[in-house]
Amino acid sequence: MAMTEERSAMFPGGPGEGMEIIVAGKGDLATEEMVLNIGPQHPSTHGVLRVVITLDGELITAAEPVIGYMHRGFEKLAEARDYRQIIALVNRHDWLSAFGNEVGVALIVEKMLGLEVPPRATWIRMLMAEWNRILNHLMFLGSYGLELGAMTPMFYAFREREEIQALMEAATGGRLHFTYCRPGGLKDDLPKGFLQHSQKLVKLTRHRLLDYAGLLLGNEIFKKRTVGVGVLPGDVAKDYGVTGPILQASGVAEDSRLTEPYLFYDQVEFDVPTGSNGDSFDRFHVLYQRIEQSLRIIEQIHDKIPAGPIIPGKMPKTIKVPEGNYYLRTENSLGECGYYLVSTGDKRPWRMKMRTPSFNNVSMIPYLLPGILVPDLIAVLGSVFFVVGDVDR
Amino acid sequence: MILERYFSNVWALFGLKLGAVLIFFLTAPLVIGYVEHKVLAHMQARLGPMEAGRFHGWAQLIADGVKFIQKEDITPSAADKWVFVMAPILVIVPVILIFVVIPFGPGYWAVNLDLGLFFALAISAIGVIGMLMAGWASANKFSLIGAIRGAAQLIAYELPLVLAAAAVAMQAGTLSLVGIVEAQTSYWYVLPQFVGFGIFVTASLAELSRPPFDMPIADSEIIFGHMTEYTGIKFGLFLLSEYAGIVALSGLATVMYLGGWHSILIPGIPAPLWTLAKIGAISFLVIWLRATYPRLREDQLQKMAWKYLIPFALINILLTGVFKVVFK
Repeated sequence: MAMTEERSAMFPGGPGEGMEIIVAGKGDLATEEMVLNIGPQHPSTHGVLRVVITLDGELITAAEPVIGYMHRGFEKLAEARDYRQIIALVNRHDWLSAFGNEVGVALIVEKMLGLEVPPRATWIRMLMAEWNRILNHLMFLGSYGLELGAMTPMFYAFREREEIQALMEAATGGRLHFTYCRPGGLKDDLPKGFLQHSQKLVKLTRHRLLDYAGLLLGNEIFKKRTVGVGVLPGDVAKDYGVTGPILQASGVAEDSRLTEPYLFYDQVEFDVPTGSNGDSFDRFHVLYQRIEQSLRIIEQIHDKIPAGPIIPGKMPKTIKVPEGNYYLRTENSLGECGYYLVSTGDKRPWRMKMRTPSFNNVSMIPYLLPGILVPDLIAVLGSVFFVVGDVDR
Repeated sequence: MILERYFSNVWALFGLKLGAVLIFFLTAPLVIGYVEHKVLAHMQARLGPMEAGRFHGWAQLIADGVKFIQKEDITPSAADKWVFVMAPILVIVPVILIFVVIPFGPGYWAVNLDLGLFFALAISAIGVIGMLMAGWASANKFSLIGAIRGAAQLIAYELPLVLAAAAVAMQAGTLSLVGIVEAQTSYWYVLPQFVGFGIFVTASLAELSRPPFDMPIADSEIIFGHMTEYTGIKFGLFLLSEYAGIVALSGLATVMYLGGWHSILIPGIPAPLWTLAKIGAISFLVIWLRATYPRLREDQLQKMAWKYLIPFALINILLTGVFKVVFK
């Protein structure tokens, strides 16, 4: 249609008129847009997130995340389990921060029961939660490099993860799903020599973190790929309910460990790292600094763990939570995890609603993606830091 | 040349030369591939292949090759069959042809063309047609994006490659690769042509689609670019051509900048071994870069070629010309 008009304009055909060349301006020449499915099976979506993007050449004009490929109905399943079983269940929605998930459930059950948790158990919970946070962040430090084409950080990340998992396995018996919390306290006490091992590992991890800084943070190409890519302003992030490292990278120092302390986070000192631009580089950098802060917290915990029991003397065989409802939020590895528990006095919850960080973090993909190129799509998707299981639950 | 001393029959010579080139073409990439496995692994705190062949997994790539042959050869139903089949062949043949002109030692070459350098660079650019054919015939959107990226990259990087090589040809006063090596008896061209060497290696990486310039096959973005739909032996051919390409362009860089078979300090080592050692050193550099860098973005790559590499290559030619006139 447009082509025929242009053709006639280009070749006027009159003798001696010469050839008139028309340069098509923006939008004059019709080009076709291409719809491309990134996912559900695609190397860079870590799992089964599907993003339907509309492409003009390599420029993304629209993007829509399609979620639900990994919906496993955790909230419904929880209604048919007792409270100790739920702890094993919630381990699995965000499989990279299993301990953070179980702490939340244990805490809310204890709150509703009005149960006093022994201080040693609380300190150990904090220790484990922070190690788990480091495990999670290491995974994303590594995989983000891999998505940008640098394969080495991934292997380094697994080298560190292996050692931390061995440490946690010594106490919990699990490497991915720990199921170490119980309403009221913990399953077991720490094994002998655990704290010395943990102390050594803090030093080792701190030392090895420099490898990532050298490989990625100071890398010219890495900066070129990430600085100024996928900028998320702080107020937009708040509107979308984004939390965790992504919100902090946008310059908002919100961390429920500080603003609404649970466990004993009010008794340790740590900073909330924030970024200034809210771009992919800042998100990555914040993640890196959060590991350093977690190591700082762990060192303080080592000095503060008291002796004592890890679970109150007599716990009932079946835990029946009194009637009522309660909401509690914890700072999980990827952001704020909320638990809303409604109980009718039964041994099972009547309803347990979870607010998971990845769901909200993924929701702003349609805001970030349009107007950027396909390679940047990967740089942005990787820096949104989500776990698909945590999105769909 | 060496062979001519012992054989006079044209056909026997032809057959022997062809055999030698093919044997080198089939073994050198396997060695480089194995070295890449091991070097990457050790840089990344792991061991790499350890099982195949019992000793440190030396037979891993042979096993891989056998596996590729055994795999089912799938042609997508929507694919353009003939183009799809022809593409890997068109990618691999030019690389074999580059080996024909690379000299490995005094007398150790298949053909000494007067236009050897021109021939090698021209023939190396043909591969991209195969890439485009593969991308288009696959009927896959990811393949298409990868192929277009590859073509854009080649157009941008062929120019600095040729310009850098032109400076060397000017300094040597010949386009024959043997002549270029012989002109480096007193000093290697990497000393006067260090800018050109940098440009040549960078552009070669881009031409080979090796990290940090591997956008045409960026596996985290577009699956595997133009190779997405290929399986079995055809995919194996693509991989083989990638590693053979590393050897070929390292060979060219060795001949042009590192003095070919000329030795330094240690006498008594046969000349072809020197060439092979230098090829190995450049290939190691290529592998090292893969372990270190993330990939650039396509537009950043283009910017780098047009804004930096090409102007620098032109200045390099200018300076070479000036020096050539002043010092002769």
